[in-house]
Amino acid sequence: MRVPLSWLNEYVTITLGVDELAERLTMAGLEVSAIERIGVAGAELPWARDTVLIGAILEVRPHPNADRLVLADVDYGAATPHTVVTGAPNLFAYRGLGRLAEPPKSVFAREGAELYDGHAAGRVKVRLRGRPVRGVMSDAMLCSEKELGLSDDHAGILFLPADAPVGMPLVDYLGETVIEIDVLPNTARALSIVGVAREVAALTGAAFRPPLPAVTAAGAPVDGRARVTVERPDLCPRFSLTLVEGVTIGPAPFWMQRRLTLAGMRPINNVVDISNYVMLELGQPSHTFDADRVADRHLIVRCADDGEQLTTLDGRTHALTPDRLLVCDPAGPLALAGVMGGASSEVSDSTTCLLVEAALWEPTTIRRTAAQLRLRSEASRRFERGIDPAAPPLAQCRLLELLAQYAGGTAAHGMIDLVAQPWQAPTIILTPTEVTRLLGITLTPAAIAGYLQPLGFGCTVGDDAVQVQVPSARHDVGLAADLCEEIARMVGFDHIPLTTLSDALPEQIANPVLELEQRTRDLLVGSGIDEAITYSLTSMAEVARLAPHQADAAGYLRLANPLSSEREYLRRSLLPTLLTALVQNMRERERTLLFEIGRVYLPRAGQTLPDEPRRLALALTGAREARSWHHAGDQALGFFDLKGIIEALLDRSNALGRARFVALRDDPRFHPGRAATLVIGAGADARTVGQFGELHPAVAERFDVPGSRILIAELELDAVIAATAPTRYRTISRVPATTQDLAVIISRDLPAEQVERTIRKYAGGMLESLTLFDVYQGPPLDVRQRSLAYRLAFRAPDRTLADADLANVRAKIIRGLAFDLQATIRA
Amino acid sequence: MSIGDDLQRLRAQAVSQLDAAHDSAALAEWKGRYLGKQGELARLSRGLGALAPAERPAAGQQFNATRSALEEALAIAEQRVKHAAQHDAFEAEALDITLPGRQPALGRLHPSTQTLRSIAAVFGEMGFQIWESPEVETDAFNFGLLNMPADHPARDMWDTFYLDTPPGSERVLLRTHTSPGQIHAMRHHAPHPIRVILPGKCYRYEQITARHEMQFHQVEGLAVGERISLADLKGTLVGFARRLYGQAVRTRFRGSYFPFTEPSVEFDIECFLCGGDGCRVCKHSGWLEILGAGMVHPNVLRNGGYDPARVSGFAFGMGPERIAMLRYGIDDIRWFFSGDERFLQQFG
Repeated sequence: MRVPLSWLNEYVTITLGVDELAERLTMAGLEVSAIERIGVAGAELPWARDTVLIGAILEVRPHPNADRLVLADVDYGAATPHTVVTGAPNLFAYRGLGRLAEPPKSVFAREGAELYDGHAAGRVKVRLRGRPVRGVMSDAMLCSEKELGLSDDHAGILFLPADAPVGMPLVDYLGETVIEIDVLPNTARALSIVGVAREVAALTGAAFRPPLPAVTAAGAPVDGRARVTVERPDLCPRFSLTLVEGVTIGPAPFWMQRRLTLAGMRPINNVVDISNYVMLELGQPSHTFDADRVADRHLIVRCADDGEQLTTLDGRTHALTPDRLLVCDPAGPLALAGVMGGASSEVSDSTTCLLVEAALWEPTTIRRTAAQLRLRSEASRRFERGIDPAAPPLAQCRLLELLAQYAGGTAAHGMIDLVAQPWQAPTIILTPTEVTRLLGITLTPAAIAGYLQPLGFGCTVGDDAVQVQVPSARHDVGLAADLCEEIARMVGFDHIPLTTLSDALPEQIANPVLELEQRTRDLLVGSGIDEAITYSLTSMAEVARLAPHQADAAGYLRLANPLSSEREYLRRSLLPTLLTALVQNMRERERTLLFEIGRVYLPRAGQTLPDEPRRLALALTGAREARSWHHAGDQALGFFDLKGIIEALLDRSNALGRARFVALRDDPRFHPGRAATLVIGAGADARTVGQFGELHPAVAERFDVPGSRILIAELELDAVIAATAPTRYRTISRVPATTQDLAVIISRDLPAEQVERTIRKYAGGMLESLTLFDVYQGPPLDVRQRSLAYRLAFRAPDRTLADADLANVRAKIIRGLAFDLQATIRA
Repeated sequence: MSIGDDLQRLRAQAVSQLDAAHDSAALAEWKGRYLGKQGELARLSRGLGALAPAERPAAGQQFNATRSALEEALAIAEQRVKHAAQHDAFEAEALDITLPGRQPALGRLHPSTQTLRSIAAVFGEMGFQIWESPEVETDAFNFGLLNMPADHPARDMWDTFYLDTPPGSERVLLRTHTSPGQIHAMRHHAPHPIRVILPGKCYRYEQITARHEMQFHQVEGLAVGERISLADLKGTLVGFARRLYGQAVRTRFRGSYFPFTEPSVEFDIECFLCGGDGCRVCKHSGWLEILGAGMVHPNVLRNGGYDPARVSGFAFGMGPERIAMLRYGIDDIRWFFSGDERFLQQFG
């Protein structure tokens, strides 16, 4: 809401400077988001009081040496008129007419005035200096709107109304400050000048001057000459109608047009402008019908019939449905109630008779209609938020007053006013105890009343409570909490003390899942991987690029109103978006390691809401070590780097011992020979927790990075977290360990895991650790063989092991390997 | 020629030779020559027997003194040679310490995660625990139970992504704020007191620009109990601001509106970029909007299972991305979800 201060000043005396006023309003919840100064001190172009004045153009004479210039004699209040050389096209009509009987008024700028250059592109300040123009001295100007900074219009000079006082500094006449208030959904009162004035009065202690329009209703009674039928009183709590006859359509007065423009509305004609002016002033929208275009002068409020049509003022034709509320005449629809008028009964230049409607509409209906038909208007904006139920008659009076003054009509006596739902002022009992409980401040009943009364609340002060009557203008208030907010706004939120919570500390709840999620992030960061967060929304194309077999839209939650087709489906995997991010990084860098922890969204049959399990995804590519003078950076990250990260995570969760890695050969996302499924647990408790491995070359091609080796993993983080076991301390032995190396030759196809399991099986309880330190294929081994070399560390808790002990164990292991796996030992 | 003279001459000769020894081999050779069993000193000592018995003690003393002196000189020379050798080794091993170091490969947490953690740490110390709730919500939890019935004009404050659901079924949406978590937390805890923060992802149907994202994080705070007032809310938030922005931070509370709080406030901190003088970032107001807050609306308390006549509470909500943007001077929110290393590697 844009509020010109001169307008506001009609209803409250502004005692503060504009900056301080803006600050007070902002702190009280009416946030002033902008202050616009026009011509006044502090404006971008202040109009100097001594050089920018109102002038009357007494005579326009031809320029002796130039056809495209004229000489204008301007009276600006000095003893003698001043001659101005100008080329303003809109003065040429006056040329050679001699002394003008009605001298047009304009803005006269004298030497020294600072103005914008009318001919320059944009706004360039220039100072007016005298110079001869084609032989005639020019040291003054008549100004265009552009030169004054009022608009970009430089087609001619600005004409002022005939009653503009000659010699008055322009700043006193047109200078203005406009504050712009952000209107929140519950501050409907800030959508009117009077509402803001009420707030300013309460906040600054100045007196509020309520509007008191003076109406002369000289015409015959309205009863019998116009009719209203409200068929839907549930949707139309109040409908008032007046009749004005004999109006003349023309422009609204200059000051009114100016205020409408400053408030952000476009002037149209006197009747429409008066309607808009009253809406801005009092917050009550109204609608004027050409009475001669309303059949029987009978307005009917009803819902549309299916198939009815209405062309609105903006020229759009709407097919109506029964949920649209209309104002009709017996012949058909005239207006979308509270949203926009129709073209058929629009006020035109030939209109002489008006039906003036000021009604209340049910907010939800207005909101739906305006939203669904995309017809948000200044009127609908106000109706949606709710209007002072007492406003219609007041607005009618103000409309009739202004119409009489500026459209020349005669108002019919009386007003049709159908009140289906009369306003019932709620009474709220507010106790000081409640104020203390909610705000933390102590006030007496009298002090409470002292804060509420200036806002219009009726207060009856008792010994231990205040009985508060809510005024109709504050229909947003219904609870003690609402009143506490009013008190807090008046006290000033900054004057409420700071205290610490004194209420009992709630029982604390263990949250291991969250802590383990944090720890997982820390471990991954410690492993040199950067955390990414990608979009939860994806597209089937993005999914298919990685996993065509998963790109079936039926399994996904889909947005009804996506912003774009790229973000249409809720992801079921973190990998498509994370891989996209990885590939985008590959344009800039060879080496990228990313992880993401986030939710996926899995629809559940028969449930309204999906499951949202936590996942961990990894995507790695590039050299194992960044290339530097320390490392050639020639070793690429491989499967075992990824597996190692996953093992480390499991190890830190004490879950590695229960984890199994199963070769994954048929998942189209992965290289069939370099992928694994992670399984945790055994037997009936075994659970697949994720997959990882090298990206299938075909996928890399689809991502436009053919030939790149990329590693990806996705794990069910909730399952990994659930598998976490507590750490148990193991007694540290004082006895030294003894090591043995064992090189096992096995068939090439035999998984290493089996060798390790077999060694453990035969090694007995003294085996403390088992480390694979070499994997070898090649001569002198057969091509179908490979050798795995292990270091075994043995320790007994109580004694140093003898050679004989170890020889026995070693022999047992070798026999076992030979028996179970047909393995031999390399000398 | 007395033995004394001989010893003196020997000592002078030995010391001068020792000065010329520059490595351990030369020292060993010198030691053999002068102090060894077949060395010069031993040779001279054989002449002691030829002395008169009365002269022997004095001569013996001279011998011992000479031996001590030579041994001492040797020890000093050994130190000297050792230091020299070490010095040479140091020279040979000297590094160009201006070459770049071998940095451990450490990853980085996402700036939103880092900010979430800072926020959670501060509130954690005040007794606020983390509580999580779903990102996909029903219309009722996101709006209705938060005091925004259907067609409430306040719904315009949140442009919403709706899910494609069968006609006639309950409307499902991506939560536009973490506030639905308030209802979940209250229904879980009622009638007991609550102090939680609710971090998580939220979504808004907004064209993505440098300042607006369709996806972002929020941290909601909620305290419910029998003696909780607006003054407590102020004290809690000012404490938070001091922890995050420094003890001297200036703050202000101003009136605002949220459907689920009454009274409602905005909490601003003095712009730390311009010190309150006004700049582009604070839109020349001198203040930065950090979070919205208020006393939990009685209807919301009731929907959560509490009796608003007996129990009160406050709630607040803030955006970690906005806080991170202000803290680090990030000018474009779109980087947060780009996964771009050029962005991610700047933080932490």
